[in-house]
Amino acid sequence: MINTFIGNLGHFAVILAFVSALVTAYGYYQYTVVDEFQKHVWRRFSRVAFYVHAASGLTIALALFEIIYNHRFEYFYAYSHSSKALPVHYMISSFWEGQEGSFILWIVWNVVLGLILIKTNKIWEGPVMLVFALVQAFLVSMILGVVIGDLKIGSSPFILIRDAMSAPIFQINPDFVPEDGTGLNPLLQNIWMVIHPPTLFLGYATTLIPFAYLIGGLATRKYTEWVRPALPWAIFSAMILGMGIIMGAYWAYVTLNFGGYWNWDPVENAVYVPWLILVAGIHTMITFKKSSTALKSSIVLIIASFILVLYATFLVRSGVLGDASVHSFTDLGLSGQLLIYMLFFLAVAVFLAIRHWKHIPTSEKEASVYSREFWIFIGATTLALMAFQVILPTSIPVWNAIVESFGGISNMAPPADQVGFYTKFQLWFAVVLALLTAVGQFFWWNKMDAKALREALVTPYVVAVILSAVIIVIGKVYDLSYIVVTLAGTFTIVANSTILFRLIKKSTFKLVGGSLAHIGLGMILIGVMFSSGYSEVISYNMSGLTYSNSWEDELNKEHVLLWINKPTQIKDYTAIYRGRQKKVKGMPSLVNVNKLKSTDNVNEAIALEDIVYRNKIYFEKGDRVPLILEENDYFQIDYYKEDQYQFTLNPMSQFNPQMGLISSPDSRRFLNRDLYTFVSAINDFEDPEWREDELFDVSPGETFYIADFVTEFQGGDVITEIDGVSLREGDVAVKARLMVMDYDVEKYLEPIFIIRDNQVGRIPAVDIELGVKVEVENILPETNQFTFKVNRYQKDYVVLKAIVKPQINILWAGTIIMLIGFCVAIYRRYDEFKKMRDKGLEFNA
Amino acid sequence: MKKGHILGLGIIAVAIIIIVSMIGDASTYESFSTAKAMKMKGDDKPIHVVGELKKNTAGLAEGIEVNPSKTSFYFMMVDNDGTEQKVFYNEPVPPDFSRAEQVVVIGSYKNEDLFVADKILMKCPSKYQENDISTAGM
Repeated sequence: MINTFIGNLGHFAVILAFVSALVTAYGYYQYTVVDEFQKHVWRRFSRVAFYVHAASGLTIALALFEIIYNHRFEYFYAYSHSSKALPVHYMISSFWEGQEGSFILWIVWNVVLGLILIKTNKIWEGPVMLVFALVQAFLVSMILGVVIGDLKIGSSPFILIRDAMSAPIFQINPDFVPEDGTGLNPLLQNIWMVIHPPTLFLGYATTLIPFAYLIGGLATRKYTEWVRPALPWAIFSAMILGMGIIMGAYWAYVTLNFGGYWNWDPVENAVYVPWLILVAGIHTMITFKKSSTALKSSIVLIIASFILVLYATFLVRSGVLGDASVHSFTDLGLSGQLLIYMLFFLAVAVFLAIRHWKHIPTSEKEASVYSREFWIFIGATTLALMAFQVILPTSIPVWNAIVESFGGISNMAPPADQVGFYTKFQLWFAVVLALLTAVGQFFWWNKMDAKALREALVTPYVVAVILSAVIIVIGKVYDLSYIVVTLAGTFTIVANSTILFRLIKKSTFKLVGGSLAHIGLGMILIGVMFSSGYSEVISYNMSGLTYSNSWEDELNKEHVLLWINKPTQIKDYTAIYRGRQKKVKGMPSLVNVNKLKSTDNVNEAIALEDIVYRNKIYFEKGDRVPLILEENDYFQIDYYKEDQYQFTLNPMSQFNPQMGLISSPDSRRFLNRDLYTFVSAINDFEDPEWREDELFDVSPGETFYIADFVTEFQGGDVITEIDGVSLREGDVAVKARLMVMDYDVEKYLEPIFIIRDNQVGRIPAVDIELGVKVEVENILPETNQFTFKVNRYQKDYVVLKAIVKPQINILWAGTIIMLIGFCVAIYRRYDEFKKMRDKGLEFNA
Repeated sequence: MKKGHILGLGIIAVAIIIIVSMIGDASTYESFSTAKAMKMKGDDKPIHVVGELKKNTAGLAEGIEVNPSKTSFYFMMVDNDGTEQKVFYNEPVPPDFSRAEQVVVIGSYKNEDLFVADKILMKCPSKYQENDISTAGM
């Protein structure tokens, strides 16, 4: 039965949210312009309008989640993004898998932030909330799903499947509801995908706040006052956005088989760039607060960061990236709307900035080389250049689209080696940044001249050089550019630690945000240098196979073929592939597929034998076994070192009817390195193509060879019952026992031969892992021999890639320290804002 | 000259270096025939070629030869001009490769007969056809 109520409710909430956003905008506009006597009326009006908007925004989200949670597959969104098999936390991921859901997430965050701003501001409410309401109107319009003539505005998540797809079934039965949804993209079935998108979208949403304060400041001619309330939010935004980026990187590292945490994919770049600009903006804003310079650069950077977020949205969602990215959403036909959204705010911001430009106070005096303003400015410039270097090539598809829209032809493509291309610039920029932060912090806290600087820096410099020397020797860093990276990284760590300890000793913990963030930067630099620069593929193919083409032999084969049970050397390890496994609900370990037989029900299997782990029986033979995501296969690979068992890794692959095969890595974490492995090709075990028959005449007790396997025919037994076949009076059934030896594994194959009324029946024994099918072709009583018919396929195998990533933990630790630094800075700046606000000095700079 | 000017010039210089390097390193979309012509002229720069896998009448990809170690393979590709080309890729066959609707190979000619891909991008049949919804509305 189709439930149309919830969809109608959701759609009504969308329209209400859109209208109320416009009403709120109008209300706050009036509130801003009217005189003091009418202000409170308009304020109450606008607030009520925004509360209505907030309630409808939340209703949209709840309605969509209700549809997914209750498996209402009559709705296209639930059908195409979820399935019955999904656990609840992945239903949350399905919520924002589609574009519409992610817009809703963004809308909800803005609602929450708007409510907080109403609560925390006294005087800024009007202009800030006006900008907010306008942004909300644009965002809600993306999911409006209204068609006027040929014009389609937004794509609604609440359309029914019968309206979305023109399948013939709906002509026969308009009330048809699909049995199950098509499921969630397996790459997103990861706990990091549950928390990464909300974090990232909170980051996106918060970039609006400094922008809104700025626009409010320009429009109300409070050219300098906007900085104080905007600053804690800008830092908060950079922290959340940074955290979102890092979570995304971590997700890529643990789920994708791209071999790393950062691939300079256009979508990654599109978030990285606004973050850099925002960080640059924070630095100029802090400078402004201290010395009344750099206000104009702050304005430009804050505008740029918000517009770049909109540009990122446009890149990812308009379909313009096309094949250039793995992450980009499919095109929903929203590109025009997204473009208008971006251009509207760009135009408003540029218009206001130009109009008020000459009124914006600047400092006339030239910044001295020994002033902190000078060094911060250089740092901000470096950040901006970094951003420029990334956004330019990322925009190549946009450039092509522009040229083509004017009838031209542009065949420019992104650089073939993206990682190499971006690294060669970003690495050196990062080195410059590290050095600047080290020097800059000294300027920040002390009055400096040439002599004082030399004295202040000499100790950290010497310590850093000694420390680098140790790292270089122990880490075997012999590449000149990496030596420079090490020096810069340790220098910033040492110099900032010096400042950090001095600050804690002298004053308060509140001030150490900057030093902490910069220490994090140094650690990230060193961590990236080791884990990427010195990442080493250890899975070179050592099978000894040579090719007909000699030139191929010179290529490095970076993958190794592991036949089941066959020990294979992977650098210092001996690896043995031991078969496929499934994840079972309530079991602490994975279970080999040989012990399970799948049923017709989703995520359910029957135990073929007792399932035991550490002497505890979890399931008995014949029990129904609940599986977690049945389509996931975990390949058990045991690692040995000098015949000593070390550990097991279980890289995963998922066969997905929509997406083909998806592979996820499994890593062994050591303190100083990760061993990162993933499966790059697997056997086609579903549908083997058996080779031609081979016949063997064998007597009991005799040994023969099936393929390479030593096989012992242990004898035949007359049996009285067979699973699945009912034996009648007079039937004769004989089971042959064959023991097949594959390396250290002994497997029993038991084909059955039945005679009934002079008719012969044969039940073959099949072992998919060994790729063997055996039938008793005949029994020869005169020679006491059995004739076995053997068909072979290939043994089970996986192709594995294994990479060692040294010191990756320094990178993760660095990111965490940097985030803590941000948090400390947020606390300090918000505290300042609050104290001034409570003194009624909200508008004082 | 003021410090500000020197700084400005420095920024402009770096920006120009960035732009020049991007133009220098940017690859191009080519067809197999233009790519071969580039190779003949001695230009080894990796380029992008967009096309499809060669399919037989049943719609299945044909001409995929996997090496015995399963870590590299050859395949036949047809570019948008209809030129057929044998391509080598030094990686295992990507899992859903034979289902790809469109492939982009990034690489260059090894010799006159063989194109060596450094990287392959695939466009697989999408999870659902978005085209279907665009006709829907209210």
